[in-house]
Amino acid sequence: MRELSASPRLPKEQASPAAATETPTPPHRAAGGVGNQPEAEPRLRGAGPKPARPGRPATERTEPSGTVGQSPVRPDAEAKVNGSFDYASDLGFDGMLWGHTLRSPHPRARIRSIDTGPALAMPGVAAVLTAADVPGKLHYGLVYADQPVLAPDEVNYQGEPVAIIAAETLDLARRAAEAVTVDYEELDPHCDPEEAVASGNYFRYQPVRLGDPDAQTPAVVVTRQYTVGMQDQAPLGPESGVALPTGDGGVQLYVATQWVHADLEQVAPCLGLEPDRIHLEIAGIGGAFGAREDLSVQVHLGMLALATGRPVKMMYDRAESFVGHVHRHPARMRYEHAADADGKLLYVKARVILDGGAYASTTDAVVGNAASLAVGPYEIEHVSIDAWGARTNNPPCGAMRGFGGVQTCFAYESQMDALAEALGLDPLEIRRRNAVAQGSKLINGQVVDVYEPDRADAFGTPFSPLADMLDRIKEIPVPPVPSARNIVDLPGGVGNTTHGEGVRRGVGYGVGLKNVCYSEGFDDYSTARIRLELGGPEHGGEPVAYVHTAAAEVGQGHWVLQTQIVRTELGIDRVELLPNDTKVGSAGSSSASRQSYMTGGAVKAAAEAVRELWAEHDLADGPLEATRVFRHRATKPMDPLTGQGDSHVQLALCVHRATVDVDVELGLVKVVDLTCVQDVGKIMNPSALEGQIHGGTAQGLGLALMEEMITEDGRVKNASFTDYLIPTILDMPPMRLRIVENADPEAPYGLRGAGEPPTLSSTPAIVAAVRDATGLALTQIPVRPEHLTSHFGRPS
Amino acid sequence: MRVTMRVDGQDASADIDRPGESLLSTLRDRLGMTGSKNACEQGECGSCTVLLDGDLVCSCLVATAQCEGREVKTVVGAVPRPVRDAFVACGAVQCGFCTPGILVSVADLLEREPDPSDAAIREALAGNLCRCTGYEKIIDAVHTAAGSLVGEPR
Repeated sequence: MRELSASPRLPKEQASPAAATETPTPPHRAAGGVGNQPEAEPRLRGAGPKPARPGRPATERTEPSGTVGQSPVRPDAEAKVNGSFDYASDLGFDGMLWGHTLRSPHPRARIRSIDTGPALAMPGVAAVLTAADVPGKLHYGLVYADQPVLAPDEVNYQGEPVAIIAAETLDLARRAAEAVTVDYEELDPHCDPEEAVASGNYFRYQPVRLGDPDAQTPAVVVTRQYTVGMQDQAPLGPESGVALPTGDGGVQLYVATQWVHADLEQVAPCLGLEPDRIHLEIAGIGGAFGAREDLSVQVHLGMLALATGRPVKMMYDRAESFVGHVHRHPARMRYEHAADADGKLLYVKARVILDGGAYASTTDAVVGNAASLAVGPYEIEHVSIDAWGARTNNPPCGAMRGFGGVQTCFAYESQMDALAEALGLDPLEIRRRNAVAQGSKLINGQVVDVYEPDRADAFGTPFSPLADMLDRIKEIPVPPVPSARNIVDLPGGVGNTTHGEGVRRGVGYGVGLKNVCYSEGFDDYSTARIRLELGGPEHGGEPVAYVHTAAAEVGQGHWVLQTQIVRTELGIDRVELLPNDTKVGSAGSSSASRQSYMTGGAVKAAAEAVRELWAEHDLADGPLEATRVFRHRATKPMDPLTGQGDSHVQLALCVHRATVDVDVELGLVKVVDLTCVQDVGKIMNPSALEGQIHGGTAQGLGLALMEEMITEDGRVKNASFTDYLIPTILDMPPMRLRIVENADPEAPYGLRGAGEPPTLSSTPAIVAAVRDATGLALTQIPVRPEHLTSHFGRPS
Repeated sequence: MRVTMRVDGQDASADIDRPGESLLSTLRDRLGMTGSKNACEQGECGSCTVLLDGDLVCSCLVATAQCEGREVKTVVGAVPRPVRDAFVACGAVQCGFCTPGILVSVADLLEREPDPSDAAIREALAGNLCRCTGYEKIIDAVHTAAGSLVGEPR
């Protein structure tokens, strides 16, 4: 056990990029990437000339290293490669107890009674708490407070927390949980989302109505039903945190979370404490992808620490993690696309049912995205969309990378391919003919901003970033089929399942449109505080900027981005990041691809304010400090009957091409190549950007081919990495990236959010490629081997 | 029972009260050595990978009781500096939770195969899950590390 420390700060190296060790230059492999493009080359390497006097700003702006557009060493990298980075699950304090959660084995049941006596009697067990012990409000939630802290008298999904235990060891806490007797009266679970919608049991219904679909006379109509399975974020770091009683009735919490202020707003009422009695600090985060948007351990830890007066740690194991956070909504969708003989879309009708599971979480906002983005980045004047978020006894669903944009993207892109096939058009060509352009109206009535009227063509046709991207991906050659192949490169790999017989090549495309930042009138903002002072001897007497935000570094590289922005705006080398906590204003969540835009914007604004102060003050006279709150332009709610309203602020596009080999006899798929063109507005950090596109693409590959949480009557069947498959290094092919920078003049540096769009477009591209190889319709994801082989032996 | 091992070059002893306690639990919870990560406890993710007498193992699948007198090397003691540097330089670290296990696997690979092909790298890292990077930059980093290690004493 390590020493008790009031604040397990980041190791020194992490907060000191200037102290980073020299590192070799990364290679540029043939696969390509951002760094291969001339415009992405670092503008200047090495520190510029220093100001004549350290206390005054440089009269001529000099360019320090590690500014916007470069890929400086991440402040967290060294600690992450030497094993010293403290994740939430690595924290330890003297006298610490271990917490554990007893969860319902039933998807739906009434609780007749709970007997905690035998568990409490076990030596070393310090507390066993139930709903009766919740000090404040019994429910919490990000949008609606409908989720019980601990189930009071009924459970509504398998895995719902019923009791919490604190004991001397984790082992003992788990054994004590087994000793708690809960008398359940099992009830029939409601697990069919369509039945739930039919009986009015849903969290939100959002229609979109535009034009008059029924008045059109199309040349071709394609109607299909699509199914999307339940995907799990599966961050490698399980839910974890530590709570310490502060001695005055309050509590200090270190938790791996995406949005520390939303946590505080939910935790305080449940603990019955004023928010200022709780200090929340973000502990090291082992990935998030939406899984840390809702509460997990927070209130439970607080209750156990307050009840025992001792520090308490919780750390879910993988099985518990699978039921301890929300998932991506499974979806059932019916789409009807109609086009004229030229392939121009005439109308789309769609019925989208997302299964929200037992509690509201963020289903409300997910349904809004699914409805407003239901046809993708295509011009269309007549739509009729109906989207629901059903309430069932399945596991609760909420935020995951792509957030309502992923499910419909699979459907509308599949439909575009089906139309193209019916009309004998090239899949890229039908997309090009319908691509939204600057000035196009989206189905929510929102007009795409015309930022570049000069780029209209000679006929006055407005510039279409998407059409341009489709042209670019066409220019990148499809990888040739090698004449002789190593067996490990074939589907089945080292399983030695084929020598190439039965293997067919396929190519497919996918396009995704994602809203960046929060939509539908949400007051979206972030806060940054920067203090500039003359550093001590350890900083060579140079100016040092201390940056304080509450933004979560989930792995995306947001910390390094903050240092780049401060160096760019203040022209200094030394930037230190303070802990991300509730002692500064909210940064919002590290979600919705928004932190570069929002907290990047707040840091930029605060740095600009400090720069103005610095022009008039000598740092030798004392530190300079500024706090700024940054907001994007206001959005509007969607009309509840028509879905109309300027509900989004920024839109981001991504195009994928997938090349696959399919063993059509065994149903095995090998993705051979993934090529991606993405519009990011401005390349802020080439390395981090590439990492986001690679990783986002991999999660889309997972949904296309392997990732699904299987439930039967509300019971999760595969809550382990043995049974829930995420892509390994053998499943991911080399990637080729081409980055486009169509600046958004309203966003800091012109950037567009980049983390989510690749997760939308990679899935339909891969499925399209498998369709191309097999000729099968493939309307369900993930595509399983039996979907590819079930037609064998049946009359055609 | 008391188990004495060498961990990252130091003698380390732990009193085990459960015969089935895993090496991972002993390292993290008894010895306070949290460099090896716990992400699945099933040998599926590789986050807890260490070298046991030079053999690559998932420490969650090894009983501490089997480790008496043996040598354990974690991310702290198993990884040459150039391998770490390459991961930092190539952007192969995002959330970093898989990184300690991957670094140990890479150190083991480069010990056996100083200049591995992409296929050899993929084969060697097939037991290490990463949820953030899509693996591209990890492959870059292994090549870079191999280049840096050429001619270095092992």
